[in-house]
Amino acid sequence: MPWLWHRRALYSQRLVEWHFWISTLGILLYITSMWVSGILQGLMWRAYNAQGFLEYSFVETVEAMHPFYVIRATGGLLFVLGALIMVYNVWRTIRGDEPVDAAEQPRIAAAPELRPVPAE
Amino acid sequence: MNWSSHQVLEKSSVLLLIGILITVAIGGIVEIAPLYWLSSTIEKVQGMRPYTPLELAGRDIYIREGCYVCHSQMIRSLRDEVERYGHYSLAAESMYDHPFQWGSKRTGPDLARVGGKYSDEWHAVHLKNPRAIVPESIMPGYPHLARTLLDYRDIADRLRTSRAVGVPYTDEMIENAKADLERQLDPAAEGVKDFLARYPKAQVRQFDDDPSTISELDAVIAYLQMLGTLVDFAKFDAAGPNLR
Repeated sequence: MPWLWHRRALYSQRLVEWHFWISTLGILLYITSMWVSGILQGLMWRAYNAQGFLEYSFVETVEAMHPFYVIRATGGLLFVLGALIMVYNVWRTIRGDEPVDAAEQPRIAAAPELRPVPAE
Repeated sequence: MNWSSHQVLEKSSVLLLIGILITVAIGGIVEIAPLYWLSSTIEKVQGMRPYTPLELAGRDIYIREGCYVCHSQMIRSLRDEVERYGHYSLAAESMYDHPFQWGSKRTGPDLARVGGKYSDEWHAVHLKNPRAIVPESIMPGYPHLARTLLDYRDIADRLRTSRAVGVPYTDEMIENAKADLERQLDPAAEGVKDFLARYPKAQVRQFDDDPSTISELDAVIAYLQMLGTLVDFAKFDAAGPNLR
């Protein structure tokens, strides 16, 4: 972003970290809940009782999915929240606001023509 | 192996493209060529026929409403699926489907053989408000189907379109498309016998709970009640020429 809009740095490195960790947590919840529920669903579909009949009706498997759908929704919300933080950060960068923590950002993040000259 | 010789390919996009085409072609030949040596990829079955105009209209609504997003129409040949849904699906059963409705996700149950499993009344109530019948259901309600009149002015053209992609609709079927659609809802109508000769095993009756109109609900229920009922499994030989 700084390269494209000729800025000295991103508006905030700390917001980048917040975006990364919130979205990572969100996507992990999303993936693990769907992973586990997929296995649960498959096992329930093919479960037999002692008499050799199918153990569960289809709607019972739908009901069993419910808590996992709630976890997925939470994970999805966290991911979107992280993305919104990024949008805010990008918007402040494009607007040209003074970066709050330019010193903490890697040198290569700055636009080439605005790169600080390293002290010899 | 001298890897620098590979750089010739990596540095020239044209050579790389030719290399990719050759590689992909090998994969394509391996996948496609055997199909020309099989006597048939579709089983020989008795009973399959093109959809009646009303069923076709119902199928179009099924696709429009996105039913296929949650419902598959593909019973796998696993013991639990065969016990839950019925005989495993045959390729022949979707040979008149353009596009096929196999689906890839079962948020709701498979519908490949839902025909005849429940009554018309069950479907009418369930489609309007699924939780009225299945309290735990997460399926959305489709009450607008009952309120919307079926638009079938172009039904003959829809049959023609299907014919263009290989469905064996006859001239007679296309000529009678509009009348056939209305006949299927009225057992007392004139020409029902001819209709049944054109579409064997078609179910002729009032499908939704409002006999005064032809609604989208009529078409959807007619489609659902037909699903998976056409092939005569008493005459299906899974061994014999169908064994591959």
